[in-house]
Amino acid sequence: MNITAQPILSIVTFLPLVGALFIATLPKDATQNARWVALWFTLGTFLVSLLIWWHFDAANPHYQFVEDHAWLGDFRYKMGVDGISMLFVILTTFLMPLCVLASWESIETRVKEYMIAFLVLETLMIGVFCALDLILFYLFFEGSLIPMFLIIGVWGGPRRVYASFKFFLYTLLGSVLMLVAIIVMYGYAGTTDIEKLALTTRFPADMQWWLWLAFFASFAVKMPMWPVHTWLPDAHVEAPTAGSVILAAILLKMGGYGFLRFSLPMFPVASAEFAPLVFALSVIAIIYTSLVALAQEDIKKLIAYSSVAHMGFVTMGIFSGTQQGVDGAVFQMLSHGIISAALFLCVGVVYDRMHTREIAAYGGLADRMPIYAAIFMVFTMGNVGLPGTSGFVGEFLTLLGTFKVNTWVAFFATTGVILSAAYALYLYRRVVFGPLEKPALKALDDLSVREMVVLVPLVVLTIFYGFYPAPVLDVTGASVKTLVQNFEAQVGAAAAAVSTPTPTPTPAAP
Amino acid sequence: MSELQQFAPVLPEIVMAVGAMVLLMTGVFRADTAETGVAVSWIAVVLMATTAFLVSMQGDAPLILFDGAFTVDIYGRFLKVLVLVGSAGALILSHGYLTRAEAMRFEIPVLVVLATTGMMLMVSASDIIALYLSLELMSLALYVLAAVRRDQLRSSEAGLKYFVLGALSSGMLLYGLSLIYGFTGTTSFAGLASAMTDPAAGNNLGIIVGLVFLLVGLAFKVSAVPFHMWTPDVYEGAPTPIAAFFAAAPKIAAFALLVRVLYDAFPGITPKWQQIIVFLSIASMLLGAFAAIGQTSIKRLLAYSSIGHVGFALVGLAAGTEAGAQSVLVYLAIYLVMTLGSFACVLAMRRKEEMVEEINELAGLSQTNLPLAFAMGSLMFSLAGIPPLAGFFAKFYVLDAAVRAGLTPLAVIGVIASVVGAYYYLRIVKIMFFDDPQDRFSAADTEVTAVIALSALLVVGYVLYPSLLVDAASAAARSLLS
Repeated sequence: MNITAQPILSIVTFLPLVGALFIATLPKDATQNARWVALWFTLGTFLVSLLIWWHFDAANPHYQFVEDHAWLGDFRYKMGVDGISMLFVILTTFLMPLCVLASWESIETRVKEYMIAFLVLETLMIGVFCALDLILFYLFFEGSLIPMFLIIGVWGGPRRVYASFKFFLYTLLGSVLMLVAIIVMYGYAGTTDIEKLALTTRFPADMQWWLWLAFFASFAVKMPMWPVHTWLPDAHVEAPTAGSVILAAILLKMGGYGFLRFSLPMFPVASAEFAPLVFALSVIAIIYTSLVALAQEDIKKLIAYSSVAHMGFVTMGIFSGTQQGVDGAVFQMLSHGIISAALFLCVGVVYDRMHTREIAAYGGLADRMPIYAAIFMVFTMGNVGLPGTSGFVGEFLTLLGTFKVNTWVAFFATTGVILSAAYALYLYRRVVFGPLEKPALKALDDLSVREMVVLVPLVVLTIFYGFYPAPVLDVTGASVKTLVQNFEAQVGAAAAAVSTPTPTPTPAAP
Repeated sequence: MSELQQFAPVLPEIVMAVGAMVLLMTGVFRADTAETGVAVSWIAVVLMATTAFLVSMQGDAPLILFDGAFTVDIYGRFLKVLVLVGSAGALILSHGYLTRAEAMRFEIPVLVVLATTGMMLMVSASDIIALYLSLELMSLALYVLAAVRRDQLRSSEAGLKYFVLGALSSGMLLYGLSLIYGFTGTTSFAGLASAMTDPAAGNNLGIIVGLVFLLVGLAFKVSAVPFHMWTPDVYEGAPTPIAAFFAAAPKIAAFALLVRVLYDAFPGITPKWQQIIVFLSIASMLLGAFAAIGQTSIKRLLAYSSIGHVGFALVGLAAGTEAGAQSVLVYLAIYLVMTLGSFACVLAMRRKEEMVEEINELAGLSQTNLPLAFAMGSLMFSLAGIPPLAGFFAKFYVLDAAVRAGLTPLAVIGVIASVVGAYYYLRIVKIMFFDDPQDRFSAADTEVTAVIALSALLVVGYVLYPSLLVDAASAAARSLLS
């Protein structure tokens, strides 16, 4: 079967929505059925996405599997993937079945609605990565707020209302400014086709400046970058485990993806101009939030702050504008998607048993849960960025790319690697090692089969990509190369235009 | 025969007016019971459906009748259908509520039909005399409707308040119109438009003052800040279905009139009225967003929400372009669906034959009645303008028109106000979905359920086929400017 002739991207995007509608028709008390249906649909979506990956031509830097239909006047229903978005789609579809499994026992109330919310969220997330029309992108991007708001608010912890409102309003405020920028771009270019906007439209430099800032407002909040990261720890702490996984692994990546898809190719001049600002914010994020993480007493909060620090590497790499930097940023996002997801799942494992996330409540888990301790160790090392785990490749490449552009930024960012070792190992020691003193901990069971099924694939990927990152870098390579070349060409052209002396009339001497 | 033929384009309005008389007679000669009221009301709904059919059968070519006082065009057709849908929808919603409240009198549908006739005339008015007369025909019927529960203090107060403030605004409107007439010597929109081509017109103080008073009068009708004070009190005091009626059809008609008079009568001095509209728009959006936060009554909250939405629609009008007119039309159509739907949800809030109107009564609705909570949640997210729901497209088009007209700062203020506004819509969602459940609501009336289901379906499904509405609004806007 020739899948390029099929609307395969629409299928992978809307298959979860079909699952959600199917669950909606189930009777009210069919909780177990709802779980199974959600699992089958997410697995099916994953298989379809693997099929897309199989047929994906990595040497081709252009959009593939493109679907283009009339929808609303100038706005078209246009979908497609390139080397940058392909793997985010896979990451999303890969993590969803794991999330459903992770919620199998920990979610007991309103299971049907929970699974519906997750499946709708999956459709919206895949849509974000496949949309090739600005308006379509915005629909998916903003629409994902609704299910996430409900997931945090309905199934979250004690301060869930505060956290869900903060999450929603923070990201909404950033996004509406992007909406105004999208409208301005549409007014200027007469199209909202992402491909055309990136390749043929040249926005004037002063316009780029404002547009870049508006997009930055949205993506910096989503990413999140210091100092607009404060919604993240709250949202992570209150969200249910699977919600945290999706938040850290995928929703945050929408910010980085946005920078790669819009800021760099569409506003190259402004991107180059604002790069020092991004570098400064990234370095502050890396150092400051690492230090903050060191002082946390809640496991989830600690991981949340470490996410902000890791995202600092991503923004730094993206705005270095070099092949290694951008490659590294994409790799770091995927690797963080795996590792942070795994860490939150690990927290979920002990939370389901103990119902507390306080670090002080744990200690000596290695005695009772040796398998858990080993798996948690792998992810801790991945979080540190130890060579041999996928965390290392991304950090190393972004640092390399940045070093070419700005030595000092790379120097300060490197201290973040040391700090991340400090907080991650400190966490690990307090939770897993030490004497097993607390009586409640003495009755803990090690990982169940279900939990193993969830965590082992992530362990394999973390180590596999640590030793052999080529499958990822091959897919992204061609697209990133084109992106970087276009970026450099346009920045170069703009610089040349400035340096050539324009014949301005010299003011007459008074 | 040719004498009669010239009235053919006014047939829908004639049908409505005659229908109102017939309904009145029918009611008078039947027993004064709730059954009579409901029967008359259903006949009125059929009458409106027939009229809407007649309206939609009219040709595309613009017709100007009665010495320029009355224009039939695509713009009018679009808005008349909206007005009729709004009125019929409100009538359908009212049966159960008014019957239970022992207030289902046959006069109510008759008054609604009369007000709707006035609205249809407003939509078509292209002369300042016709403007005033049609506006008053609508308003007088509305004053009575607000006070229809005359045995209740709150309803009487609402009616009185609406009447006193409405009379004041009518006075100002009339004063403005007389100034405009005095300084231009013409009453028709076409005549005014040609008078405005005189470069001195923009500096003529008489015309400017007249224009300001005209806008004040109309701002009162659409409840734009700072002429909005009556809105929360009237919505709260009037019976809920009547408030639903007030929130939908009359606002659409007043907007139609406002757009037509500004585009057709004052095109030459656009910058003059633009700044007034910009002010009204910013004030309405901000007040609508901030004042709704502290409300505990769902009806007052919807009142402030409607003020905020009026502010948004005014953003499109402020653009002063064809795209602006189109965006206002799209906004009004989507606003109509959202308003009827959310008032229908309020009508579904009933426990043991007792209506409840506090927002907190919705607590945990998602656990006692998930379909209702889902519908109301969709409507709230749509009112907040979150994609992919219909409310987002409404906002998108007005923002687009504003940016194209060089009003980007206004668009930025608008989106920031919409984030503030999102807070109180989210609060309703939070109460329904996050809080612990209370007792179930009693089963809603069939009509109410139908309206809720239909509006939620339209709001959620709009994204699948959005071009239908946008193209219709585009044709209507083009006919307005041609």
